[in-house]
Amino acid sequence: MRIVFKTDYMQDIRPWKDRYQLGLYLILLAVVFAAPMVIDDFYLGELTNVLIWALAGMGLMILTGHTGQASLGHAAFLAFGCYANIILMEQGVPFMVAFPVAGLLTGIVGVIIAIPALRLHGIYLAIATLAMSILTDDIIVLTEPWTGGVGGKYAPSVNVFGFDIDRWGTPKEFYYLVLGVVVIVTLGYINLMRAPLGRSFIAVRDSEVSAQAMGVDIARTKAMSFGLSCAVTGLAGALMGLFAGAFNNETFSVIISIELLMMIVIGGLGSIHGAFFGAIVIGFLPQFLSISKEWVGAVFGGSSVAIPGLEFGVFGMILIGFILFEPMGIYGRWLKIRTFFELFPFYRKDMFKRQKSYLKTERLR
Amino acid sequence: MDTLQLLISGLANGCVYGLIALGFVLIYKATEAVNFAQGDFMMLGAFVTIGLTNAGYMGVPFWLAVPISITIMAALGYLLDRFVIRLMFGQSQTAVVILTIALGFVIRFVAGMIWGHEPQSLENPLAGKELRLGELVLGMEDVAVIVVTVLLTWGLYEFFNRTKMGLAMQGASQNQLAAYYMGVPVKRVQGFIWALAGAVACIAGILFAAKGAVDPSTGLMGIKAFAAAVIGGFGSLPGALAGGLIVGVIEPFASRYIAAGYSQVAPYALLLAVLIFRPHGLFSQVRVKKV
Repeated sequence: MRIVFKTDYMQDIRPWKDRYQLGLYLILLAVVFAAPMVIDDFYLGELTNVLIWALAGMGLMILTGHTGQASLGHAAFLAFGCYANIILMEQGVPFMVAFPVAGLLTGIVGVIIAIPALRLHGIYLAIATLAMSILTDDIIVLTEPWTGGVGGKYAPSVNVFGFDIDRWGTPKEFYYLVLGVVVIVTLGYINLMRAPLGRSFIAVRDSEVSAQAMGVDIARTKAMSFGLSCAVTGLAGALMGLFAGAFNNETFSVIISIELLMMIVIGGLGSIHGAFFGAIVIGFLPQFLSISKEWVGAVFGGSSVAIPGLEFGVFGMILIGFILFEPMGIYGRWLKIRTFFELFPFYRKDMFKRQKSYLKTERLR
Repeated sequence: MDTLQLLISGLANGCVYGLIALGFVLIYKATEAVNFAQGDFMMLGAFVTIGLTNAGYMGVPFWLAVPISITIMAALGYLLDRFVIRLMFGQSQTAVVILTIALGFVIRFVAGMIWGHEPQSLENPLAGKELRLGELVLGMEDVAVIVVTVLLTWGLYEFFNRTKMGLAMQGASQNQLAAYYMGVPVKRVQGFIWALAGAVACIAGILFAAKGAVDPSTGLMGIKAFAAAVIGGFGSLPGALAGGLIVGVIEPFASRYIAAGYSQVAPYALLLAVLIFRPHGLFSQVRVKKV
């Protein structure tokens, strides 16, 4: 077991616990940086997809995992970021400007939506955001002059520092673009959680009443959380549009919103790792299913028939399993396993047990 | 006359929304959780009945199949509570929301596996019959939907306000621990309410499948029923019915008088408007706590 002996106040604040942990993350960074040289273009595309989903997951994680506001409508912000980016580029704005501006605009829209949403709690917020996500489809069709409506739009190749980057033409460069954005956002996220704003997010999540008593401005904190969350989601949406190449009103459907929320639950709510773990599950589940279907077909002699809805069925079952047996998600399970080995004979079953709570009404406030 | 005809068909549609919303409200009233899979429950109830009664499947007589399928769905609701929801006892509403969404995915998948993805209609004795009142021509199914819904809402309303069990449910929803100390069998109450919600969903499914056709993705209609429940203010049974009727009536009128493309937005726009201006619904149940 490693014991971190603290000799300095900075050790409490800095993002890594000790050199060992910092080293692990640097190795991880080196591995993902070297990945394009090892794996072929197909799996590189899948890896890019996972990174984009992780980015979107981090966006939602700020709001749901760290501020405790469940949103079933984040596909709307993915769509907004995607369309804002492409429309700006069509107006002749270079990608290097259009991309951050798309994120910024999405963040501003998020804050504007947060203002009425601040009055809503729990399920009401979930339902309001769900309705918003459904409306997005219709709004995209209605604003056809800008969005192309049902016909959709095609993503052009983008120019970054003089390199032409295209999803199909130059998958390696596209991967590095996505990786760069993900690394910057992740570092920003880690720093946010060390800053007063991030701490007040967590305070609001754990108890609004106590947060208020400690002098946290609830309305402002929630609005900031919405804004940051939507900005990151908008960036992910812009990348998703470039990755898909073509998109229309149905690309960012309400199913994507739900999938996004479920993804971070599977990964582990309230941790940045969770967004990445969840994205890995979402990204590789279809591949895993098709491979295992072939395998089952080969072993039992059945033909590999397509089963409609299988992906969502399996996904739902995985999610139910996680919520019932591991509410802390994959990251929570990993923490438990790690603690088990770190403390070796002294790990107890109840170490991560939460205090038992009982339902009290929200109708009396 | 046209307006009246639109109104009646809207009311009949609205009753189905109202019935799904009733399922939401039942569970919300007793456990403060929201069952996002209620629409899928309805779809499953419809398919169970179709599987029992349609000539292509088992061919059980309609009036025998109805009680059987209601029992099956009630049992399913109970088992679901017993083996899935109860493990979540005391966890946050959001966790239950996510769980039931996942459950909806699974139910849709299972229904698709068993009954296929083609839209199917329920063979029933009322099909094709009409009720003529002067110039007004009403489908018997529409009339049946309205009558059954009103009776069911009234019955459940009385049940909640008059019986001991109904009061126990309200108590259990307000504070589980306190209700338990007062001798309310909280777990049994919760199991009972899920069974009841299953039965109501089954009735909604039967009525819906008799009126039109169901396929596994019909359950997504539950989202419109959210609009109904929210407008009614979650937790009020007549409110849910009223909300359902409002949504149901708005739809045909919107598609007739508002330009295409804008009309399907109407229910959700109404939902958002209600949430913004009256965050706890038109028939609000929220009172400020006095210390």
